[in-house]
Amino acid sequence: MDLNLTEDQETIREVFAAFFDGETGPARAREAEPVGFDGAAWERLLETGAPGMGVPEAAGGGGASLADLVVVATEAGARIAPLPLVDHMVTARLLAGLAVSPDGHSACDDDVLAGSTIVGLAVRPATAGVARTVPTGAVAHRVVALDGDRLVIDRATGDPADRHLPNHGCLPLAHRDLTDAEVLAEGPDAVASFERAVDEWRTLTAATLVGMAREALVLGVDYVKEREQFGRPVGSFQAVQHLLADLPGLIDGAHLLTAKAAWAGDRASGGMTGTLDIDVNDVTDFPALAAMSLITAGEAAASATDRSLHVHGGYGFSEEYDIQLYYRRARALTFVLDDPARECRRLAGMFLGATGFLEPAG
Amino acid sequence: MDFSLGERTEAFRDEVRAFLDEHLTADVIERMHASGTFNDKDFNGALAEAGLLAGAVPGYGDRDPIELYVLFNELEKAGAPYDGLAVTMLVAGVIHAVGTDFHHAEVLERLLTGRFNCCLGYSEPDHGSDVAAITTKAVRDGDEWVIDGQKMWTTMAHEADWVILLTRTNPDVPKHKGLTMFLVPMDLPGIEVQPVPTMASERTNATFYDGVRISDEWRLGEVDGGWAVMGVALAFERGVMGGTNPAVPLLRHVRDWAAEAPSPDGGAMLDDPLLRERLARTAMANQVSQLLTLRAAWIAATGGLPGLEGSMAKLYATERYQQAVGWFQQMAGAEGLLSFGVDGAAADGWIDYDGRHSPVVTIYGGTTEINRNNVAERHLGLPRAR
Repeated sequence: MDLNLTEDQETIREVFAAFFDGETGPARAREAEPVGFDGAAWERLLETGAPGMGVPEAAGGGGASLADLVVVATEAGARIAPLPLVDHMVTARLLAGLAVSPDGHSACDDDVLAGSTIVGLAVRPATAGVARTVPTGAVAHRVVALDGDRLVIDRATGDPADRHLPNHGCLPLAHRDLTDAEVLAEGPDAVASFERAVDEWRTLTAATLVGMAREALVLGVDYVKEREQFGRPVGSFQAVQHLLADLPGLIDGAHLLTAKAAWAGDRASGGMTGTLDIDVNDVTDFPALAAMSLITAGEAAASATDRSLHVHGGYGFSEEYDIQLYYRRARALTFVLDDPARECRRLAGMFLGATGFLEPAG
Repeated sequence: MDFSLGERTEAFRDEVRAFLDEHLTADVIERMHASGTFNDKDFNGALAEAGLLAGAVPGYGDRDPIELYVLFNELEKAGAPYDGLAVTMLVAGVIHAVGTDFHHAEVLERLLTGRFNCCLGYSEPDHGSDVAAITTKAVRDGDEWVIDGQKMWTTMAHEADWVILLTRTNPDVPKHKGLTMFLVPMDLPGIEVQPVPTMASERTNATFYDGVRISDEWRLGEVDGGWAVMGVALAFERGVMGGTNPAVPLLRHVRDWAAEAPSPDGGAMLDDPLLRERLARTAMANQVSQLLTLRAAWIAATGGLPGLEGSMAKLYATERYQQAVGWFQQMAGAEGLLSFGVDGAAADGWIDYDGRHSPVVTIYGGTTEINRNNVAERHLGLPRAR
């Protein structure tokens, strides 16, 4: 039992906090709207080695654990960095885990490791040969998708931004046509690889949302300390205080759950199996914790941004203030995968088994 | 971060689980609900004889706060009576921290057999959350003190051997600075216990102190130093000793009920998509509550004082428990209203029980509002609102 970051992780946190402070932040996120991509910041990010840091060293990457990547994603989330980093890291790890082709060609090539080729993940399975609303579809040069039981990578041409779908959170969403996509793997192993990658996406997206929630709370608290009404700071009123006082537990809880999911994911990579025993509240199973972390972090970010916006009064609703940037992204990042209620039912299927009717589980 | 408990703590947990398998019988659970007192001296005695009690006393035993958390978490998840044990641990920890040889011999040694009990005498009829304003007075008379006043919510007083009593010894200084703590034997002349029945199955009490004479050796801590003793007690209590995983047995009971109960829509209730969603949400909240509690225990184990973290754990866990109880009570419909032992009761009456019990969890041990004040002022740095 140790709830401290490792020394390496402390360093990672400091380095990336400084990077995202300097190269991203609400002002840059605003400028990057509506597509949600800051190309100049991405170019700078390549110098840090972040795009390939989560790929195993044997495959030419930095060998960072999922727990390390949670640290990076949390810092990125706090500054709503308009960068496809989580999706790229997850997809690069997925590609690196696939069998190398007979001619020695790995799908995770040097350009992917470096980040000069941006890869993304269609987190929802494709329908009718199209990967719809891919989270980084308007940024990624290549997108990996599950089409039936085939794991494919598309052959995008032209500028992906041309396909951008304007949306609630100014995420780089786009549909991606999988016609002529290259098959990377097929069968149960391909499906399992995809599912593992989506669980990593859930975990790192949860980390992003935790960072957003934390910063949204800071924005709200700072505002109510400054803003005066009736001759006092509005933050001195108990009704306002109590709206905000529920949030630290919610956010810290989501953070602990996300860190635990990453810990379980790293253990699973090492071949250890987890348990899922709700009768005694023992849960170390990675897919269950990954699902829990995204739902919980999504809820924490939704609450934190909602309450923080509310205590800004009318200004929170105006474009001028940053809280609205967080508010919209918190919802977009949660819902881009699925309805959280359906995610809950999928989770229930993991510990209750399949249901008799109405919808298939898991 | 490392979320494994480690070999030593896991072995301790397995020991506790093995003990519960053997000693937590249906009889013990039934006796607890029939009597309304969540304290069972035979069960506590067996726990002490198994060597699981003394080691976990904060500061005194060789077990750390994470193991103390594990003990109470296992008791709570299994639905065992632990209210008496929690007070025993708390008082034993306080005696260890500030007590005299006399307190050790007279009280601590006996508490550790599991066959003796203490109750908490803090709140009064007119002073609940504002506990520092209490008026029960202790007046020095030579080597003795004379105590007069009334305490409220003295749960277990009717079977306790001592009460840890917060008194006012100086009315002329700011309220926190005129308080003194005593250990008071419950069999002294002038003490009266009156039952206070509650809407749940648990019983509590009001206790009256009329010219109770007690020698100075029963004083715990300094004269007018009672608030500091309270602080020691609260640091042990908050978050670590049970109270943050009540929805674990609830989830188990509801799942077992839903597997058998037919749904009016066809199939079993366990097939109902809304129930499945809510079971999953409860399982998630149980994990988060556990992690927030573990964090408090871990901070204590590494030398910190987890007061705020304990507040966060309690706020989160109790509100989620109430929310879950509300969901399941609604979804169990008429059968969910039926009580223990009634033919056709959903989950054998547990839904009714949790429905009755749940309102109190956001009140006792520090109300939701007091905990929010703590977080707002001491964590978020907002101005004092009172």
